[in-house]
Amino acid sequence: MIYNLKIPDDLDKISGLRMGDVLYITGKVFTARDEAHQLMLELHEKGEKLPFDPSKMVLYHCGPVVKRENNEWKVLAAGPTTSSRMDLFEKEVIEIYGVRIIVGKGGMGDRTSEALKKVKGIYATYTGGAGALAAKSFKKVLSVYYLEELGSPEAIWIFEAENFGPLIVSIDPDGKNWNKLSRDEMEKRKKEIFELIDHEGN
Amino acid sequence: MDIEKSILEAIRLAETTIPEDVYKHLKMAYSMEENEISKSQLQSILDNVEYAREKQLPICQDTGTQTFFVDVGYDFPFKKELVNSIVNAVSKATQNYYIRPNAVDPFSGKNPGNNVGRFIPYINWFLRDGNDATINVLPKGGGSENASALAMLKPGEGIKGIKKFVIDQLVRAGANPCPPTIIGLGIGGGSDLSLIIAKRALLRPLGQRHEEKRIADLELELLDLANKTGVGTMGWGGKVSVLDVHIEYAYRHPASLPVGMVIQCWADRRSKVHIDSKGNVEVVQ
Repeated sequence: MIYNLKIPDDLDKISGLRMGDVLYITGKVFTARDEAHQLMLELHEKGEKLPFDPSKMVLYHCGPVVKRENNEWKVLAAGPTTSSRMDLFEKEVIEIYGVRIIVGKGGMGDRTSEALKKVKGIYATYTGGAGALAAKSFKKVLSVYYLEELGSPEAIWIFEAENFGPLIVSIDPDGKNWNKLSRDEMEKRKKEIFELIDHEGN
Repeated sequence: MDIEKSILEAIRLAETTIPEDVYKHLKMAYSMEENEISKSQLQSILDNVEYAREKQLPICQDTGTQTFFVDVGYDFPFKKELVNSIVNAVSKATQNYYIRPNAVDPFSGKNPGNNVGRFIPYINWFLRDGNDATINVLPKGGGSENASALAMLKPGEGIKGIKKFVIDQLVRAGANPCPPTIIGLGIGGGSDLSLIIAKRALLRPLGQRHEEKRIADLELELLDLANKTGVGTMGWGGKVSVLDVHIEYAYRHPASLPVGMVIQCWADRRSKVHIDSKGNVEVVQ
């Protein structure tokens, strides 16, 4: 199924999504990589509030190329980064900040899929490396936080997205996780390939 | 054009325009792939490559670690200028937004904002006959670099051991290095040399086989095995997981069989600067 979602208005619709569904998202997206995740957890521990509400936005694993032009930021390239690095922090970020839509690439592990299942949230992937194409749908940079402290790839950028996609649901609200299913299949194939190697002549 | 400007232009070219051989292989992958989701991912990849080329934008936001393989003739007169030019060009490329500030202190994470720091940009020197020089520009992304691996095999494990190691690593890496990938394999040497020649092997255009038949045959065999893993484009399954396998080798210690494996993402970005003995420069891909 193909869905066009407006965020935050359509947040209640995501509990009906299934693995393999295709999404196009319009609305607010915030970027967070390793350092931003760590910082979000540190701030919570110190009892400090974030300057934005993550539960009303899409969390995007991305460190964009951005250009400062005429006093405005322009997004030049903004594809996803490898999500599995964020498995270290994602469960806590989901629990503390109420994030329900995560976008990245490469898939995420059990710890994250279990946390998403509890909040009926999803993880979807965008084509890795398709940075220029992704940037096309980020029409505006609404704000940027922690740019000085973290540097531009690790800072939290808030984008206004228009039809950001195609995104493919990779973990659905039931916790069904393509990453896990495909890994089991690849392990099976690996064994078959090893047998081929063992039985050849050299 | 001076040397620094030509290196700056080569960085810009590599980051915005995919080499023709890679484009052709991506198109072949698209026509071969039968898995519906993987095919849609390849469609996005091709759209992205064409859009980046048209608008002269970075193909991927991970503009990589700036890596330079420099082949210098013994009689090339501008060796000193080369180092300064490379470092200055990288810094300017960052200022010009051709590349993301992508080099940080490993302990503090502090980003100097110009892609210049201890040992970075990485320059690998290779001395040879002649009075000219070639700078190979290879921006190497982090996602694929994280899937690199080294195996210090027992010589008794032989070629079969090498094949199993490659397949095991590919499956372990899964979708993370942005498949369909290109595998650079360095066999022999020591731990360090095997990885350096593996990365160097990535400079060879896709589809071009090693000059020795026994190595060329192994490349094709590994390519075939790799595409049986079913990783597919971005891990969604299917027929195409790897676009090519490039092997380089070095003589080894009798007791060691090092295998260095460097994976390159589908965004296999490359360019070159040729400089002759008179200082004439040419940027090519």
